[in-house]
Amino acid sequence: MAFKHTEYAGWGRALRASGTVARPDRASLLAALDPAPAFGMRRSYGDAALNHGGRAIDMSGLDRFLAFDAETGILELEAGVRIGEVAAAFAPRGFLPAVMPGTGFATVGGCIAQDVHGKNHHHAGSFGAHVAEITLWQSGTLVPVLPGTPLFRATVGGLGQTGAIVSAKLRLVPCKGTVMLVTERRARDWNHHLSLLDSSTATYTVGWIDATATGASLGRGIVEEGEVARGLVKKRAKAAKVPMDAPHFALSAPIVRAFNAAYYARVPAAGRTVVRPMADFFFPLDKILDWNRLYGKRGFHQFQCVVPLGAAGALRAMLDRIATSGLASPLAVLKRMGPGRAGYLSFPMEGYTLAVDFPNRAAARDLIRALEADTAEAGGRLYFAKDALAEGARIRAMYPELPAWQQEVAKADPARAYETDLVRRLNLRNA
Amino acid sequence: MQNWIMQHWVVLGAGSDMARPFLRRLAGEGASLFLAGRTAADLETLAQDLRLRGAAAAEVMAFDARDAADYPALVARLAACEGVLNAASFVGSMPDQAAIDADPGLIAGVIADNFTGPATFLSLLAPVLEARGTGVVVGVGSVAGDRGRVGNYVYGAAKAAFATYLSGLRNRLGRKGVHVMTVKPGPVETRMTAGMKLPFMTTPEAVAEDILQGIAKRRNEIYTAKIWFLIMRVICHIPEPIFKKLSI
Repeated sequence: MAFKHTEYAGWGRALRASGTVARPDRASLLAALDPAPAFGMRRSYGDAALNHGGRAIDMSGLDRFLAFDAETGILELEAGVRIGEVAAAFAPRGFLPAVMPGTGFATVGGCIAQDVHGKNHHHAGSFGAHVAEITLWQSGTLVPVLPGTPLFRATVGGLGQTGAIVSAKLRLVPCKGTVMLVTERRARDWNHHLSLLDSSTATYTVGWIDATATGASLGRGIVEEGEVARGLVKKRAKAAKVPMDAPHFALSAPIVRAFNAAYYARVPAAGRTVVRPMADFFFPLDKILDWNRLYGKRGFHQFQCVVPLGAAGALRAMLDRIATSGLASPLAVLKRMGPGRAGYLSFPMEGYTLAVDFPNRAAARDLIRALEADTAEAGGRLYFAKDALAEGARIRAMYPELPAWQQEVAKADPARAYETDLVRRLNLRNA
Repeated sequence: MQNWIMQHWVVLGAGSDMARPFLRRLAGEGASLFLAGRTAADLETLAQDLRLRGAAAAEVMAFDARDAADYPALVARLAACEGVLNAASFVGSMPDQAAIDADPGLIAGVIADNFTGPATFLSLLAPVLEARGTGVVVGVGSVAGDRGRVGNYVYGAAKAAFATYLSGLRNRLGRKGVHVMTVKPGPVETRMTAGMKLPFMTTPEAVAEDILQGIAKRRNEIYTAKIWFLIMRVICHIPEPIFKKLSI
């Protein structure tokens, strides 16, 4: 198994790397490789999956289900399995991953290493809360990692720094069907939007926000609530593909404003309830393969922060800054998070999280830096899975358990074999 | 799509990157699978994966394209299962042409992996299929077999031989109700092509989709990605005096 020279990028395509990558598709091939940072489908937007000038191991070929116990719902699987495949294979048998991020293409290894959250975070907590065991590949040995140990807390959300995640046991949750019953309601403005999110009792809740609406409509959007249901629904249409990099004006301000207005008006004023294929609800953008190419060659950034419940006013001010900048893209999400987090460096905190995409331009980068300062001031936190621009000192201060993580990582990887571009850029491993 | 339940599939080269998504699609439909390949331990892991994805059964068979001694026993095992029997061959190997030029002794292995191995197996299986009067045979060749090119002409020659064999097998089995489909992939993102930047590359997942569509439509020959049909029409029509000077 050889490392081959490759140019590769994070999902945002603004940060790139040039280095050697090996893609083992069986455990015996992985065993023959020297330690190097592992990545999955590279759905992290920035540089969490990159190792410029060095080696990396692409784990996406190690994607097999290993064992399933229908009594306990525990599924053992290799780290490269896409989480959407778990849902597709097990929903017909009455089980679902307890937590699913916004793309079904994220691998299990990636979900663990970023301790991702889903539309049910307010009830279910983060991904790591439902992991029963992780197997790490640490410089030549397989190490089982159990919940409750410091190594587990350093591995979940740990950005791959404790070793390569090769397999895991997930506790799936029972589900009663393979379709989603989705209620969509218009949120007129910011206050209405927050009140709909606060009062939602649904299992899955997410707000789509029109980040171009200003003035009285600031914060308007659509709140979606979903429940798993039994039923029949037309099969999901085959995924479309973006065949080439779009020109830079494809997501220019007038087009985005028009798209957002149409998206908002699509839901009747009185709201509606519809039945959707499961994947359409959980992974709406997966219908368009390589949608990141819509932002053109220069790529894009996603800004995502979470602020405490009491800082909702500060988040409103941030949204106002975004809306008046005219730089936002159609894909903005507002969500209420619960307190659940499973690792030292997990992103979630109880509060509100806002995620907005921006094309990679100087004005957008300046705006994101200003938003990062706002986040810090509001006592909030930035997400390593999205970040490409943060200052090390600022983002490190947002993670109070960083010293505990550093201590475990120093023990697990004294040779610093698993360092990535993100870890170096933000200087995460040095006390 | 037809009903896959009670369908048995033997897949040669089951451990290959290209076979994996195809096997998973069959598993998802509830088919019974025989995984034939060289790396039995790895195939056992894959068999378990396929069972968990819905395969009615998944059994590993040791198969080596360069050693036909065990083939009669494998065919006897397959002949013992009731229902519809289908076969797919994904076996093949593509050493660097420069390595072959330096050591022509490698040619025999390339011909065995891409042609004589799978062809010998399919010829032994053919009477079983004929007797049943139903089933599908999928043979994976390559666009490289359509014309000899400087970059991989030994591999191309082996794939061309396999394609010609499949054409004859189609002629023979078609009369008995067994459908034979030739698949000619262009470059596919697999271990064979890791690190290479090739034009109009496709993925193993897309190849699986195209194969299943081709079976449903009873196609005799498919190209995947589909654009390779057009590209190869052009390449095959370049006059030899010009073609011999090109490095495409």
